[in-house]
Amino acid sequence: MSVQAEKLAEKLADVGNRAAIPRKGRRLRAFMRNPTFVAGVIILSFFVLLALFADVLFPGDPLDMVGPPVLWPGENPEFPLGTDSLGRDVLAGLVHGARASLLVGLSAAAIGLAIGMVVGAAAGFFGGWVDTLLMRIVELFQTTPTFLLVVVIVAIGEPTMQTIALAIGIASWPTVARLVRAQFRSLREADFVMAARSLGYSSLRIIAQEILPNALPPVIVAASVMIANAILTEAGLSFLNMRDPNLVSWGGMIGAGRDLLRTAWFLTALPGVAIAAAVLSLNLVGDGLNEILNPRSEP
Amino acid sequence: MSLLAVENLSVAFPGHVAVREVSFAIEPGETLALVGESGCGKSVTAFSVMRLLPSNARVVSGRILLDGADLMAASPAEMREVRGKKVSLIQQEPMTSLNPVLSIGAQIGEVIRRHEKVSRRAARARCIELLDLVSIPDAHRRIDDYPHNLSGGMRQRVMIAMAVACGPKLLIADEPTTALDVTTQAQVLDLLDDLRRRLSMAVLLITHDLGVVAQWADRINVMYAGRIVEQAAIRPFFARPMHPYSRGLLGARVDVDADEHYSASRLSEIPGSVGSAAGEAGCPFAPRCPMVETACRAVPPTLLAFEAERHVACPVTLEAARDG
Repeated sequence: MSVQAEKLAEKLADVGNRAAIPRKGRRLRAFMRNPTFVAGVIILSFFVLLALFADVLFPGDPLDMVGPPVLWPGENPEFPLGTDSLGRDVLAGLVHGARASLLVGLSAAAIGLAIGMVVGAAAGFFGGWVDTLLMRIVELFQTTPTFLLVVVIVAIGEPTMQTIALAIGIASWPTVARLVRAQFRSLREADFVMAARSLGYSSLRIIAQEILPNALPPVIVAASVMIANAILTEAGLSFLNMRDPNLVSWGGMIGAGRDLLRTAWFLTALPGVAIAAAVLSLNLVGDGLNEILNPRSEP
Repeated sequence: MSLLAVENLSVAFPGHVAVREVSFAIEPGETLALVGESGCGKSVTAFSVMRLLPSNARVVSGRILLDGADLMAASPAEMREVRGKKVSLIQQEPMTSLNPVLSIGAQIGEVIRRHEKVSRRAARARCIELLDLVSIPDAHRRIDDYPHNLSGGMRQRVMIAMAVACGPKLLIADEPTTALDVTTQAQVLDLLDDLRRRLSMAVLLITHDLGVVAQWADRINVMYAGRIVEQAAIRPFFARPMHPYSRGLLGARVDVDADEHYSASRLSEIPGSVGSAAGEAGCPFAPRCPMVETACRAVPPTLLAFEAERHVACPVTLEAARDG
């Protein structure tokens, strides 16, 4: 065999090996080179780790008064980010607040996704009067300002973590429902759905197994933005004092720092930065996912 | 008893009737070709058998008997048991007929597990056998491929594997090779023919390609504007097409063996279009027919027997044939 032929054979083997790597893995690797997506993932994982290990990093209740009030950041090495007007550790509050904010964001998004996907799938797949009825309900929700709806629901119930998550979920499902409905409406006409029917699959099976996986990519992207919005909404609620009094959250810290805005602005600014960073990271991840999950953007 | 008997089937869409009083039968193990130009009701007939018509279509009359049981009277649940198990469908477009997000193994296994109580592992083993059966090389490696890894011909083979997975008695192939190139076309049709013999199933082959019919079908039904105009066995049909429309179709073919070429001689064509059948009270082919008589325009001709197994819906040609 000549040297050239050997080289060619090597090259071919190389191509073969590359093809052997599962496609998803290859794609993910390609997108790990996308700087904004990586930045989003890093910031988000940082907050997730903080939330997971909050009790280890700062044992004890972050609502306890542990030092003199209104210490500026750096003034006392024991409280690197200072203390608030009641002498509570700001850093401990931020770390524990990450837990509350992410948890509210995740559970609200999960509730919104669950309702929205069921309603959207039913409306889009069955069409006809089911679609008309469900879409009128969606419109009913969409004509009410989201934040007002959340405020009303929380005001009716107790301002606990669960109520707040439920309220945000209930206020945010119509977006998901519309998105899923649009996907189902186009996908139900697809040839592979007809093929599935011709193989004797029931409607439920076709919805769950054939159409839903194809409809998911935009929903996953929407989910990341929903989490971000839920965090913002929770912050807004806390600022209005509609918060779980037994938990620290970033929005609550901003609300508490409001009175000292002129003298100790860092009490408002620091949790504000945390919220901005978390929301930004979720949006960056959402954008990245949008490209990864888009079948047309083959790397 | 015939495997499938379609009796007097009429299907209407808002504004027009797509299939009119169509009757035909398929015997176990045979390949019946349903031939006609686009829009003549071939696919509607096929989808009626599966009871998968679009929601705005309405079956006006008729029975469809599968092994003697009327499918028109079956409940949706009973129909789901029939589909994929007794009657399967292969569609025209292999590129879009597979679910893009599931591996082909998952999709074939799904069909098996839908209709038979087998374990995941057994279903996977069956999948590999099926992929082997439809001549996909390296079946045990290909099983985890996704549809976009496969070529059009390969995808159509996978579709065939899914269709025959549960051993149907009847396979409806709706223009199975229209989207494929010519060499692949022959391979896929050869495969279908081979499977038909091995699995002893009947095939309803819907096509507009008379070359395909001549090579792979046992009998032919020619459709025009929603009606069957001629029924015949393959040899007599190609030796002597009787209905003027059939003659026109055969005349419009280019015969390579006879050294014909479009640059040397003019191809014959059928004047006019199917659209001219609209509003015609008599024979739908009358406006385009070279042998039209005044009687043709009065009432639509019914299928009349010429010989055993041979029916033509044209009294004019029948009379001429009997005389001469």
